[in-house]
Amino acid sequence: MSSPIMKLVAQRIALGILLLLAVSVLIFAGTQILPGDVAQAILGQSATPESLANLREQLGLNDPAFIRYFRWLGGVVTGDLGTAMSSGQDIAASMKGRLWNTLFLAFWAAVVAVPLAIVLGLIAVRYRNGWVDKLISGLALASTSFPEFFIGYVLVYFFAVKYQIFPGISTVYDGMPFGERMQAIMLPAAALTLVVLAHMMRMTRAAILNVMQSAYVETAELKGLSAFAVIRRHAFPNAIAPIINVVMLNLAYLIVGVVVVEVIFVYPGMGQYLVDHVTKRDVPVVQAVGLIFAAVYISLNIIADIAAIVANPRLRHPK
Amino acid sequence: MADQRAKSVLLDIRNLRIEATVFPPGEPPKNIVLVHDVSLTLEKGKVLGLIGESGAGKSTIGLASMGYGRGGVRITGGEVILNGRDILKGGKEGFRKLRGREVCYVAQSAAAAFNPAHRLMDQVVEATLLHGTATRAAAEKRAVALFKKLSLPNPESIGERFPHQVSGGQLQRVMTAMALCSEPDLIVFDEPTTALDVTTQIDVLAAIKDAIRDTHVAALYITHDLAVVAQVSDEIMVLRHGRLVEWGGTRQIIKEPRQEYTNALVSVHEIEHQEQKPGTTPFLSVKNITAAYGRSHIKVLKNVSVDIYPGQTLAVVGESGSGKSTLARAITGLLPPEEGTVTFDGRPLANRLADRPKEDLRQLQMIYQMADVAMNPRQTVGTIIGRPLEFYFGLRGRQRDARVAELLDKIEMGKGFIDRYPAELSGGQKQRVCIARSLAAKPKLIICDEVTSALDPLVANGILKLLLELQKEENVAYLFITHDLATVKSIADSIAVMYRGEVVRYGAKSQVLAPPFDAYTDLLLSSVPEMEIGWLEKAIKGRRMASAGN
Repeated sequence: MSSPIMKLVAQRIALGILLLLAVSVLIFAGTQILPGDVAQAILGQSATPESLANLREQLGLNDPAFIRYFRWLGGVVTGDLGTAMSSGQDIAASMKGRLWNTLFLAFWAAVVAVPLAIVLGLIAVRYRNGWVDKLISGLALASTSFPEFFIGYVLVYFFAVKYQIFPGISTVYDGMPFGERMQAIMLPAAALTLVVLAHMMRMTRAAILNVMQSAYVETAELKGLSAFAVIRRHAFPNAIAPIINVVMLNLAYLIVGVVVVEVIFVYPGMGQYLVDHVTKRDVPVVQAVGLIFAAVYISLNIIADIAAIVANPRLRHPK
Repeated sequence: MADQRAKSVLLDIRNLRIEATVFPPGEPPKNIVLVHDVSLTLEKGKVLGLIGESGAGKSTIGLASMGYGRGGVRITGGEVILNGRDILKGGKEGFRKLRGREVCYVAQSAAAAFNPAHRLMDQVVEATLLHGTATRAAAEKRAVALFKKLSLPNPESIGERFPHQVSGGQLQRVMTAMALCSEPDLIVFDEPTTALDVTTQIDVLAAIKDAIRDTHVAALYITHDLAVVAQVSDEIMVLRHGRLVEWGGTRQIIKEPRQEYTNALVSVHEIEHQEQKPGTTPFLSVKNITAAYGRSHIKVLKNVSVDIYPGQTLAVVGESGSGKSTLARAITGLLPPEEGTVTFDGRPLANRLADRPKEDLRQLQMIYQMADVAMNPRQTVGTIIGRPLEFYFGLRGRQRDARVAELLDKIEMGKGFIDRYPAELSGGQKQRVCIARSLAAKPKLIICDEVTSALDPLVANGILKLLLELQKEENVAYLFITHDLATVKSIADSIAVMYRGEVVRYGAKSQVLAPPFDAYTDLLLSSVPEMEIGWLEKAIKGRRMASAGN
């Protein structure tokens, strides 16, 4: 790897860390603005002023906000995300399994959705403006236009209720055999795939079509290459940067945006965890989940940026 | 005799008719005919030059010989017989087998025609491997031999490079090697040297000519430059508006053209402009300007000084990257110089555009190379020309319209154009509107940045004539930036030759263009193609002698 690339990559990573810090400040500040504090929440309505004051002293709530922020941040950096108020459990410990579940679901949805979207995009370009293109675009757009919960319930109705091929409730537990686990996540993974497919497919199509106008594509056609070879060998490598970008955005969505799908299928992932604790007004959990989501989002976007940099031959092979 | 010729015929195009569907704004789509019943024959190993202005159909015919139509272009009639069979009957499969094997294509801009994502060698041998005419090793060996023949530096390793790592002139040669690599019978050269600097063009032209001669490949050589085509082709076909004008041997076409239009093409550039003696005091003086882009320390302008006199033309000539447009940007304040001053009417001009009062802005106007992107496509000609009238003089309503009409008369277009949009104008008309817009401000100086480079020779000639007439009427001075020495000769009073950010030669036209020359000006002048058979060989020989003498 040459030095200009390393420099750009280092820049992106530094920017990402800075951004994450900024987000942590926002999350912390956001939860501070809410009325009431942790002591109030723990002791409830009937708390006496004395017990409140005692607990505040005990929890260090009387310190200035920035000290509390750094205490919290210090905990996060060392892996201590704090304690959930509602259950008194360690957040990091209870989140571990759920984060794993969410990543597992997102991974399998991505394994299906990304290649499918790109291949459909390539096919749409090959038969552009013909009926194949219109059919692909139409179906993909339709599947995106329906809200996730609708798609989710339609899938449940057909595959769980009517034909009973897959379970309608995606219960997973530790030590569950892989095969059963896969069967359990089939419907939520399908719902997620349908939701993210169109965006990636449309972007792939647009990015490649953009490149199809260039002179080197004409050169390739004039060499006698078949239409697919032209797209695959000459157009696709030059359209890769925008495609990676949209793929990463959608991967981020698969992890961060699964809330609705997880709730529908009662899947024990991060989204459900978040929703549960929002209803319980469990601020430390909401903070922790928010921060994890932000970290996922930012890192995926950094990866997209870096991939786009590495994909550029001008940067990879400087003069 | 006729039989013998028939045997050696490679390409026989009969009554070719090519149509396209266009979508004019606000009108229903309509069919236009790009090529009307053109027929031609090309013998094996011969070079036919196709020449004409833009829209003449020369590229369209060239691509038709590969069964290819750009965009919505369709071949709707006639036959294209290559190696004895009509390729138009072969269908898509047939075209694919023919392209890259029997016929290859060399595009105008190799820089755009190479895929930035792949190494040169992979692209050069791609067609050969695709058609299975040689193994990879054999094809690469052939490619290296071709790189050598085309005098590319480091022929063994240049194939490992990516397109952006190689200069424009070298890329054009690599593209020629790419076309020759699969040993085709015919190569279509589509303006292969037009995008190059004149000093680079001559080497590429010589390399292409040698390669054609040594490999016995036949070629269709498409260009708008008659002087260039005269160097490489055996026969020349002149086209206009998709119709054949004249077809003959190269000598006959350039020495004894039979058609009036051919004659006009041959005798283009014959504008006479008597050089004026510089006045006593220049109204605009550029003193020791140094400039760089961004925070880089690469100086794009180094210590440049020139003077401009009222009502006269200073031509700034040089290759791309010589800093001529940057000089214009420094004078207008778009790029504030790091050192040096621009004096106007005896007082210094503010460095930055934003610091200049309106009156200073009015005195310096600009016209650009690309007239169509220099105008708002959603404004009418009347609005475009009227805008400086409102902005600088506060003219409104009828007064403004009257002045717009007057300006339209000056540019020989008339007030019928007031309500037209730029998209409805030809290239030459667009540039005229830009001229009118700059004149509307009644400036003392108009900076013309390659204003005729994107235009066909005859249209460009019209623009130059117009500029000279307007100069007489309005006493406006021009700073005329160009890479074209013929243009310089026809309109300049004084000339500054720029090379790598410096003015290497400066003075009255008669002095600058008279020997003894400095090395660079000599190279520049000797590189301009002349409409004379054998000029190329003479020029190359002259150069070798010069470099041997060094």
